[in-house]
Amino acid sequence: MARALRIKDHWREQQLFTGRLLVAILFVLGLTGLVVARLVQLQVGKYEYYSVQSSGNRIRVEPVPPIRGLILDRNGKVLAENTPSYQLEMTPEQVPDMADTLTRLVASGILPEGDLPELKEMVASRRAFDTVVVAERLTDEELAAFAVRRPHFPGLEIRARLGRSYPYGTAAAHLLGYVGGISADDKKTLDPAEYAGTTHVGKISVERSFEARLHGTSGHEDVVVNVHGRKMQVLDRIRSLPGQDVILTIDMDAQLAANQGLQGKRGAAVAIDPRNGEVLAFVSTPAYDPNALSAGLSRRAYLALQEDLDQPMFNRALRGQYPPGSTIKPMVALAALHYGVATSERRVGCRGAFSLPGSSHRFRDWKPEGHGSVDLYNAIEQSCDVYFYTVARELGIDRLGSFLESFGLGSVTGIDIGGEKTGLVPSVAWKKKAFRRPGEQVWFPGETVIAGIGQGYLLVTPLQLAHAAATIAAKGQRFQPTLFRGTRNGATGTIEYEAPRPLPPVPDQEPGQWDAIIEGMHGVLQGPRGTARAVGLNAPYQMAGKSGTAQVFTIGQKEKYNAKDVAERRRDHALFIAFAPLEAPRIAVAVVIENGESGSKVAAPIARAVMDAYLKNPS
Amino acid sequence: MNTPAFGISLEPRSRVERGLLGRALRFLHLDGWLLVGIGGVLLISLLALYSAEGQQLTELLDQVARMLVAFGALLFMAQISPNWLRRGSPLIYALGIVLLVMVMATGDIGKGAQRWLDLGVRFQPSEIMKLGLPMTLCWLLHDRPLPPSFGVLVVVVVLLVVPVGLIAEQPDLGTAILIVLSGAVVIFLAGLGWKYIAAVGALTGAAMPALWLVMHDYQRKRVLTLLDPESDPLGAGYHIIQSKIAIGSGGIFGKGWLNGTQVQLEFLPERHTDFIFAVIGEEFGLLGALALLLLYLLIIGRGLYIAAGAPDTFSRLLAGSLSVTFFFYVFVNTAMVMGMIPVVGVPLPLVSAGGTSMVTLMAGFGILMSIQTHRKLVAR
Repeated sequence: MARALRIKDHWREQQLFTGRLLVAILFVLGLTGLVVARLVQLQVGKYEYYSVQSSGNRIRVEPVPPIRGLILDRNGKVLAENTPSYQLEMTPEQVPDMADTLTRLVASGILPEGDLPELKEMVASRRAFDTVVVAERLTDEELAAFAVRRPHFPGLEIRARLGRSYPYGTAAAHLLGYVGGISADDKKTLDPAEYAGTTHVGKISVERSFEARLHGTSGHEDVVVNVHGRKMQVLDRIRSLPGQDVILTIDMDAQLAANQGLQGKRGAAVAIDPRNGEVLAFVSTPAYDPNALSAGLSRRAYLALQEDLDQPMFNRALRGQYPPGSTIKPMVALAALHYGVATSERRVGCRGAFSLPGSSHRFRDWKPEGHGSVDLYNAIEQSCDVYFYTVARELGIDRLGSFLESFGLGSVTGIDIGGEKTGLVPSVAWKKKAFRRPGEQVWFPGETVIAGIGQGYLLVTPLQLAHAAATIAAKGQRFQPTLFRGTRNGATGTIEYEAPRPLPPVPDQEPGQWDAIIEGMHGVLQGPRGTARAVGLNAPYQMAGKSGTAQVFTIGQKEKYNAKDVAERRRDHALFIAFAPLEAPRIAVAVVIENGESGSKVAAPIARAVMDAYLKNPS
Repeated sequence: MNTPAFGISLEPRSRVERGLLGRALRFLHLDGWLLVGIGGVLLISLLALYSAEGQQLTELLDQVARMLVAFGALLFMAQISPNWLRRGSPLIYALGIVLLVMVMATGDIGKGAQRWLDLGVRFQPSEIMKLGLPMTLCWLLHDRPLPPSFGVLVVVVVLLVVPVGLIAEQPDLGTAILIVLSGAVVIFLAGLGWKYIAAVGALTGAAMPALWLVMHDYQRKRVLTLLDPESDPLGAGYHIIQSKIAIGSGGIFGKGWLNGTQVQLEFLPERHTDFIFAVIGEEFGLLGALALLLLYLLIIGRGLYIAAGAPDTFSRLLAGSLSVTFFFYVFVNTAMVMGMIPVVGVPLPLVSAGGTSMVTLMAGFGILMSIQTHRKLVAR
């Protein structure tokens, strides 16, 4: 075979090898050229680009949340503040023996044993240098217990955190609301840059409505972080600006008096300054504990609040809708005067019941034997139902309704916290729209009759009722109810006040018409036969008012109402409106007590207490 | 006096040989130029490792110890004459095959691949093949006429396929490819006909789709990641993106030793092993990277010079193969770190932390030195 016969030709092989070596050198140089070209491309050509990328990697902007503004009452009393609470924090990477440390924490009584699994899970899921909260809101005893053992717990330390606290607790809960963790819903409306470091946001009522003023301006820190996110160095720091302090129109003396009166009851009390619409007291009971809610409730505790039959989360002052009952009568009387249906001299005979012509249905008076012959003053003072059945029928529902609307009933008052209900002022057109079956769409004359005493479809909120009382006190002048008196700059102390916002007044009245109904309301409290004269006794000032007792459910024609037989929750609601001092009113109050049975006996004393508390201080 | 290839002489031999240093080097069978290049690269390695390993002296001392062990291997290999090396080559190859089979059967699993063998010391038998395969091919071709005949080529292919198959099965694609390349370099330098080269090139091109089918998922992912690293910035693409940011942001002069933010803040993964070239690029800039490449070229150039001057076929082919293969290591790693080729897990030779591959490399340099320093005794 030719191949086998070949012998090595050393000189030729050397030549061949040298040639191949040259090719290899060219190959090496060529690929090296590629590598160098790539280096130049990355380090010279795209240097700027990669420099930016490198900075983006390591520099992180960390937000510094602002301190939330305080909430004050009109006299400077602090209603909401930020108080430090002490919590025990652990940095896992600094703890030499985690299992041993946890065991000893439980043994020393600082860490409840039940919290152990959750804590272990948290330690496992976080990064080793992230602090983990071991125990929140330490008591003085717990603080002391830890302090003496501190050297034995490396990696653990006490930290002070600012939390929202409400010194008056439940007494101002529905007024102030509370703060809570930022939810997905909250995020939709909040500026993500301003809230990047903020953990809590106002959830409801004042805390929510004035969130923008209370929150403040976020600052930030530019920090160098490593790949795990650990802070290595602070490059720059922009301080945050604290939020403004919000001064409310609330007078805490009046608020506490209202709260005191409503203790143990389901109800609401609202007091308004008739001269400018400033809300002086705003109470709804029962209430939740805003301190507990702001600190964070367990799911179970929150559900329990939600499912409580007494509805402590329900703001009755703002959202509760009740038949006004007899508290509507001064306004009905004014409508009768306005439309010429009645004069202050007109008398109506009351024999305990009223029937429409051609009908046998008896509309009962609260006083079965009747009031006899009553004029406007008597009708208000003694709350004669038959008088108001009579004038209401003559007014007709549409005239009566539109007149009540001029007091702000049937629409929101525009108070500066959200969620307000409108109540309801019925009309012929409303009924046609509200009911589906043709038979129910017809307005019956009897429905006008009962509207005259604040029953039937008519619904008002306690806030609307207080607003109406203030409007009567101001003889038709109306102001938008407001909780916001002004702001105080926490740093400079500068206070800025808000001007009152007038609303369209109740249509002009002939001279003396306002005085006629106010005189009647004065009689209620301080007249010889007033329904609430017991409450008006021994007052250092003159006052006017009107009681109301609203039926929660209808009694049959022949039955007799017996409070003892009716389950507590089916009893009548008790209402009362009042204002004082008579000659120059500074406060108007509305009190509603669910199933309170008697406006003059149950609701009126609370109204009196609120007025006493407020008027004891000179304006 | 032996005439160097191309008729050039890189050093004034007579003067060096006269000095004390020259005599010491000659006595130890060491080569001065190679030592300069290797020493320079090792120095850069220590600087980069100190920075990449969080400035921990203990880690650095570990690496110095590995360097000393590797230098021992170099010294040892340099003392063995090329003739003895040639005779021992098939034995080394056979030993390598046996150990590879043992790995398949009993080996430890490290980082998801079965590469390690624990025989008192843990090591990767594939490292033996990095030297054993080219040596055996050179031994095979030593007294056969060149260019190699078809029959010889068949034997070459068989010798190549067995270990490469075993290593690829571990799976260690990077090492497998490098061993194939070392074999390819040997037969290329042996004068393999261009028509064969063209045929192999065409076949390789045609086999690419088939290769795709037999690749592991993670290997496919690496290829896809190369094409579009941003498609998976937190997963497979993360290494490449971070290493390109490190190198690019280093600029011409670098951020300074111990000042590379990508390195110090640990954004750069595998910074003390496979991606250490990015540390050098970030902290020492373009100038530092070029200096390192120049040192590599000095080593490779010196290796090829030794090959050109080698007296017999075995020495010639082996010296050329070792040098060019060394270049491949450098190219594959730097190109990988800069996102030019897929991530294959090849360390930067002499610079990345780790002992096994350094021992092999230094042993290779010991062979080069042996070829250079024994030739008078052999060739004359």
